[in-house]
Amino acid sequence: MQHEPESPRSLARDDVAKVARLALLDLADSELDRFTPQLAAVLDRAADLEQINTEGVPPTPHPYTLNNVFRPDVVEDFSDIRDEVMAAAPASEDGMFMVPPALGEEP
Amino acid sequence: MSQPNSHETVTGIVEAVGSGERSAIDVLEAHLEAITERDEEINAFNHVMADQARADAEAVDRSVAAGEAPGTLAGVPVALKDNMCTRGVPTTCSSKILNGWKPPYNATVVERLRAAGAIIVGKTNLDEFAMGSSTENSAFGPTRNPLDTTRVPGGSSGGSSASVAAGFAPVALGSDTGGSIRQPAALCGVVGTKPTYGAVSRYGLMAFASSLDQIGPFTRGVADNALVMSAIAGHDPRDSTSIPEAFPDVMSGINDGVEGIRVGVLAEMTGGLDGFEPEVLARTNEAADALAGAGAKVETVSVPSTVAGLSAYYVIAPAEASSNLARYDGVRFGLRHDGANTAAMMTATRTAGFGDEVKRRIMLGTYALAAGYWDAFYGKAQRVRTVMIREFEQIYADYDVLLAPSSPCVAFPFGAKADPLTMYLNDVCTIPSNLTGHPATSVPFGTGADDLPVGVQVLAPMLGEAVMFRVAKALEELSP
Repeated sequence: MQHEPESPRSLARDDVAKVARLALLDLADSELDRFTPQLAAVLDRAADLEQINTEGVPPTPHPYTLNNVFRPDVVEDFSDIRDEVMAAAPASEDGMFMVPPALGEEP
Repeated sequence: MSQPNSHETVTGIVEAVGSGERSAIDVLEAHLEAITERDEEINAFNHVMADQARADAEAVDRSVAAGEAPGTLAGVPVALKDNMCTRGVPTTCSSKILNGWKPPYNATVVERLRAAGAIIVGKTNLDEFAMGSSTENSAFGPTRNPLDTTRVPGGSSGGSSASVAAGFAPVALGSDTGGSIRQPAALCGVVGTKPTYGAVSRYGLMAFASSLDQIGPFTRGVADNALVMSAIAGHDPRDSTSIPEAFPDVMSGINDGVEGIRVGVLAEMTGGLDGFEPEVLARTNEAADALAGAGAKVETVSVPSTVAGLSAYYVIAPAEASSNLARYDGVRFGLRHDGANTAAMMTATRTAGFGDEVKRRIMLGTYALAAGYWDAFYGKAQRVRTVMIREFEQIYADYDVLLAPSSPCVAFPFGAKADPLTMYLNDVCTIPSNLTGHPATSVPFGTGADDLPVGVQVLAPMLGEAVMFRVAKALEELSP
């Protein structure tokens, strides 16, 4: 695939580092070196999307046209699985999920 | 090499168990024995549910003895891809991030199988989160192809295809986002179906790419495949993408043959293509000739946008995955690695829990959805998807089904496609049906290089499963 160097499709190492941060992934330098050309190759190949004329064509987010799906607003009892749900949590207390501080850091 | 239990058909088991001629526990033990003998080598299962399966089989036998209606899958052992939730039974997606997690609920397909009298024998290996085409991306080691253990079984549902090919279960369920049922079916020499999008409930299927994912069956034969589809399909109010239309009757006309059926052979996938093995193209063209010989009207047709299908898929699927996999953050279930604050904990958990391929897809998707690139990648891919749906719908005005290979190659050796893009190219035959939402099934049709099986796909329009299975059944009978 031929691209100008400044083409937004030419994925650089910094781009990969940035998306990794956005996706809450911590990549080692060696991983950045390895992933960058791999991801760039996939995105470069995606240039062939341009072969297809899509002028005036609406996007398809979903293969089947569905409108909103409603059900009666009836309360269902899930109390029988509450303990199973909480037992699967890495940390919980009094039926609540426990996490480290969301703001600041653990003292 | 003949595999154990290979004479067993689903209909045969159901008849024998339903009439009391044979017990469900006897059928189950024969399959558990095959698993004990060979799964250490094959690695098809992440988890074998022997105790629960025995209890379920005994319950089926008791209900038959009591004169109750035995169910359309009475006593049939079924292997489930390990991305479908089973209450109280580990469900891992072959990922370290879910190692040890036991879901608090069953997927709808699990409930439907059990209601039909099926016996769930275990959870099968897959490429982590169904991302891959070889089952080499599993955190628990690859599955080996039972037909040649130096080769992959395909993927991502490789544990499911291998379990049917090895005689571990006459039925397995897989999920197909870009070919993950049809390609492994082809590589293992079994039948695999991706039904119409929305035909089978995805409640309890761990989401990969929600606008593409579908659950479907693996079996040795076409009629058995249609029978399993009939048991698992149908509207489910717990899945908002479940379609309201009734699933068609796929059984009554399955033996009607192909006289007068209009078959289009997809030009974009049957010409002298790069990367396609010549034997695969030859078998596909022979399948078309065989159908013509049996009375079908066969012509070559073109769906030009399919050339961009792979690129559209590898933008759309990672974009949806990057969003769906945001839920694996160490808060409510699964793995947690400690961090000084919530964000650090989430980052440490995801970094330790996800394998390389999952990280690549998440990053691709995050990039494709990023401000500035959204329209060039995701928006464009979604528009190409519309073009493709329109082209296929136009073709289906004149043709009942379409024919294409299921994979460009037969089962390949481990490590042969280590470069991600090279692996992605293997999905080129199967991706269009996921983008359009249309059904397609892969049927074994002869062999290719090294005497390994070749799969041919029958593609049909929305809810066209009846004609799809009818043509597939004819191909099965015409196969060399």
